[in-house]
Amino acid sequence: MTETFEKIEDIEIRLLLEALYHRYHYDFRNYAMSSIRRRLRQAREQLGFSTISAMQEGVLHDTDMLPQMLRYLTIQVSEMFRDPSYFLAIREKVVPHLRTYPSLKIWIAGCSAGEELYSFVILFREEGLEERTLFYATDINPDALAHAETGIYDIERIRLFTENHRQAGGKTSLSDYYTSGYNRCVLDKSLRRNVVFSDHSLVTDQVFGEMQFVSCRNVMIYFDRPLQNRAVGLFRDSLPHNAFLGLGAKETLRFSTHVDSFREFVREEKIYQRNGE
Amino acid sequence: MRGTPKGAVIIGASAGALEALSSILPALPAGYPLPIFVIVHLPPNKRSVLAEIFNIKCRLRAIEAEDKEPVEPGVIYFAPPNYHLLLEGRSNIALSGEEAVLFSRPSIDVAFESASEAWGDRLTGIVLTGANHDGARGLQAIGRSGGTMIVQDPASAYAQAMPEAAMLASPNAHVFTLPEISSYLLSNFQ
Repeated sequence: MTETFEKIEDIEIRLLLEALYHRYHYDFRNYAMSSIRRRLRQAREQLGFSTISAMQEGVLHDTDMLPQMLRYLTIQVSEMFRDPSYFLAIREKVVPHLRTYPSLKIWIAGCSAGEELYSFVILFREEGLEERTLFYATDINPDALAHAETGIYDIERIRLFTENHRQAGGKTSLSDYYTSGYNRCVLDKSLRRNVVFSDHSLVTDQVFGEMQFVSCRNVMIYFDRPLQNRAVGLFRDSLPHNAFLGLGAKETLRFSTHVDSFREFVREEKIYQRNGE
Repeated sequence: MRGTPKGAVIIGASAGALEALSSILPALPAGYPLPIFVIVHLPPNKRSVLAEIFNIKCRLRAIEAEDKEPVEPGVIYFAPPNYHLLLEGRSNIALSGEEAVLFSRPSIDVAFESASEAWGDRLTGIVLTGANHDGARGLQAIGRSGGTMIVQDPASAYAQAMPEAAMLASPNAHVFTLPEISSYLLSNFQ
């Protein structure tokens, strides 16, 4: 009986994802089912629908529901200089390579509310590379992108950001880059001088330029394996010989069809370098 | 790869985990036919050495799971710090950075619920020592799907709160001491 119920729910989930795709062109159909199932159950309970099918009706007929669904379906969990050792490795091992380029393009794929983007910009400013760099910050969630463009964060998060920045080998004080008031801090707008924010989907969109570094951390863990292969394929096609790809701490290219296009550059930090063909 | 395993074991532990796991996992023989998932509460921003420790102590291979890790029989998979561990069907592990549940990431409840969806009545869930209530809801989910529920006897546990909460939520769970858990795992699958 229980098993029958769960199977019906899986059918409802697939139908809801189809509805989202056909109505709004947001494609979650190849996201990892285990996590989608959890989040849609949460959405159903918290939004007060009796079934996922009922929620699907809402999604189809009420455009106001889209931002709510996106809030459940996209994970907005990040920190500035999250995993400080990742940024330390970029500073110490990747930056010396990047210095040899006259101009740089960096892509933060799945930038969410911008914490990782600003971490890169600050690191690049500290290393004297900001002036020659164009940063692309992309996400599928327009609310997250809008938040990223404001550069405003709750003040209680700053202590963690500051400690992370220090551990990431920060050469300046994080407080040089923000002003605080009303329980929030506002990042200096000069940090956005060389940033392009854009709506981009790793699921449905294409390559848009040649990058020297792509950082895509804890984004592809929500994809199933075929979709991960598509996304890594985009990165492969964006990265020329010797350019870099950074993944999340527990992500790996070991199971990817593109594993041979990359070599481990800083193994323990999941920083890969593009092989020549 | 040795084919799809016939079932799975999932273990949740918090305060006192190292000692409790040390009396269960090293007792499992080489060639043990089931995958074993272990969820231990850990500080979020430190590297965990649990998998390395148990890889040395055990006859089975112990690893810290990475995203989309294939599930194989006779391998012990530890949830990494700062991620939830989910089962993507019976063939893969999926990690998630969703919010902490009961202040925990990895959450025992989240992993148990996900495992019960993948394995149904082929799953054995074990709640060990711990000082919070994580695991109680997850063990219930395993029971609802027809899986086997085991709770460490609180009297023998380093911290009682977690096994007690699990017993309260699932009164028909087996209540075993650590040696009894070991022999259960051995006897049922040999």
